[in-house]
Amino acid sequence: MADSAATRGAAFVPVRATSTVAAVANPAVAAAARQVKIEIKDLNFFYDKFQALKHISLSLFDRKVTAFVGPSGCGKSTLLRVLNRMYELYPKQRAVGEVLVDGANILGPGQDLNMLRAKIGMVFQKPTPFPMSIYDNIAFGIRLYEPLSQSEMDERVQSALERAALWGEVKDKLGQNGLGLSGGQQQRLCIARAIAVKPTILLLDEPCSALDPISTQKIEELITELKTEYTIVIVTHNMQQAARASDYTAFMYLGELIEFNLTSVIFTRPEKKQTEDYVTGRFG
Amino acid sequence: MTRYRRRRLANSMLLAFALGATVIGLFWLVAILATLLFNGLTAINLALFVETTPPPGSAGGLANAIVGSVIMTGVGVLIGAPVGLLAGTFLAEYGHYSRISPIVRFINDVLLSAPSIIVGLFVYQLMVIRMGHFSAIAGAVSLAIIVIPVVVRTTEDMLNLVPNSLREAAFALGAPKWKVVVMVSYRAAVQGLVTGILLAIARISGETAPLLFTALNNQFWSLNLDAPMANLPVVIFQFALSPYEDWQRLAWGGALLITFAILGLNIGARALAARGGMRTGA
Repeated sequence: MADSAATRGAAFVPVRATSTVAAVANPAVAAAARQVKIEIKDLNFFYDKFQALKHISLSLFDRKVTAFVGPSGCGKSTLLRVLNRMYELYPKQRAVGEVLVDGANILGPGQDLNMLRAKIGMVFQKPTPFPMSIYDNIAFGIRLYEPLSQSEMDERVQSALERAALWGEVKDKLGQNGLGLSGGQQQRLCIARAIAVKPTILLLDEPCSALDPISTQKIEELITELKTEYTIVIVTHNMQQAARASDYTAFMYLGELIEFNLTSVIFTRPEKKQTEDYVTGRFG
Repeated sequence: MTRYRRRRLANSMLLAFALGATVIGLFWLVAILATLLFNGLTAINLALFVETTPPPGSAGGLANAIVGSVIMTGVGVLIGAPVGLLAGTFLAEYGHYSRISPIVRFINDVLLSAPSIIVGLFVYQLMVIRMGHFSAIAGAVSLAIIVIPVVVRTTEDMLNLVPNSLREAAFALGAPKWKVVVMVSYRAAVQGLVTGILLAIARISGETAPLLFTALNNQFWSLNLDAPMANLPVVIFQFALSPYEDWQRLAWGGALLITFAILGLNIGARALAARGGMRTGA
């Protein structure tokens, strides 16, 4: 089942946008790299009785950055939180439908939540360093599932911090509390922490909304670098950020997926008037 | 102009009343401390700490009572604090959406304000009567029962201050719930949790009523948990009511000791809470 997802991949072009993608995408790009990593099929989500997501069907491609955009309350964060079942922490929230990650339905009853979350990293809006040293912040997640020797752990911590472009700034103070870092550094620490456990997917929930422009730029550069290895999903309120950092964009409104396509298409020739109005700043 | 003057008059009157009330309130506090210092300081000497309670008319100290109080308070906290911490953890981390949580919380609040003499009577029935004699362990248990609701309350409050985003971040790494609680929530709230325990110690170190029914008192040096044990509050109670002047002086000394120990604990707890408060992201 798992490998069939990869071979089938090319067939799963997003439902609503099939013709457009095929027409405008650079054929080389389209043919070479598009493998479906996450496939969402007719997903509905409920906060108690309120339906926050309505019949979402969407494919997210391997090693691509997909941005979820839309006005507040459109369900984009909710959709993100379905992908690692973070919503399960709270009662009365439930998802109906299917989310296939590498071909396996993660919404099924047999899914081990801890293993799922170890495979899918998440970074939040506000930086959330744990109240422990910089080193332990990174090692925390690794220690959960891998018994490493001290030297192996040192290497893993260093490589995670290097990949998150933070090593140079913290290498002399790994023993200091993570809370002592600046906001932008804290967020990169959280990204390092997420990739240290070697996930295949990274979920970023408005990762830059609490950061200054310079830190934002660093994070965006980081996203571009990380997408060579990870499938990245980013929720953002910032249209420029979606345009700059993502390969695909999904525009959502009131719990529905309005349009999904290559970012370049969404921002230049969207199919729907509603999408155009939103991405050009005329509403929302 | 007259309205303005009337307003000024009303304002200064209210200010005067408020100030007056504050002064009256503070006066008694200062008077208590001053009386304690005045009468107690003369009793503070080396003998107070190294000699045991004397028979009337001879010299002695409060060593057995001090040690007894420390032992029973210590054992009481050792029994009560873990129970309180775990119950508070249940309320804040596990029982958030459980229907028994509001009930547990209500009962805990009742226990928090229960008169300590009732706790003493309860343990008297439960332990002293069955064991057939007064004992230090019964005293420690009655103190533990007073510790529990205090620690439950502070633990729940402090854990509730830990932002949920921090827990979510730990869950997002694939951490099981118990590790999230122990390694993230507890760590974030550690100063608050310790503060709660310090406040509980301060609360029980002056309790007299529950010990009267349980540990009673002991004139002699004893470290046996299965026997009556001397303790400062009951010694103060007995010595202060006695007609002997040297006993009364020792009672003053003991009162001064307890008061300043509690004062120190409270200041320590406050300093700890102020220094760290909540150690979290924002």
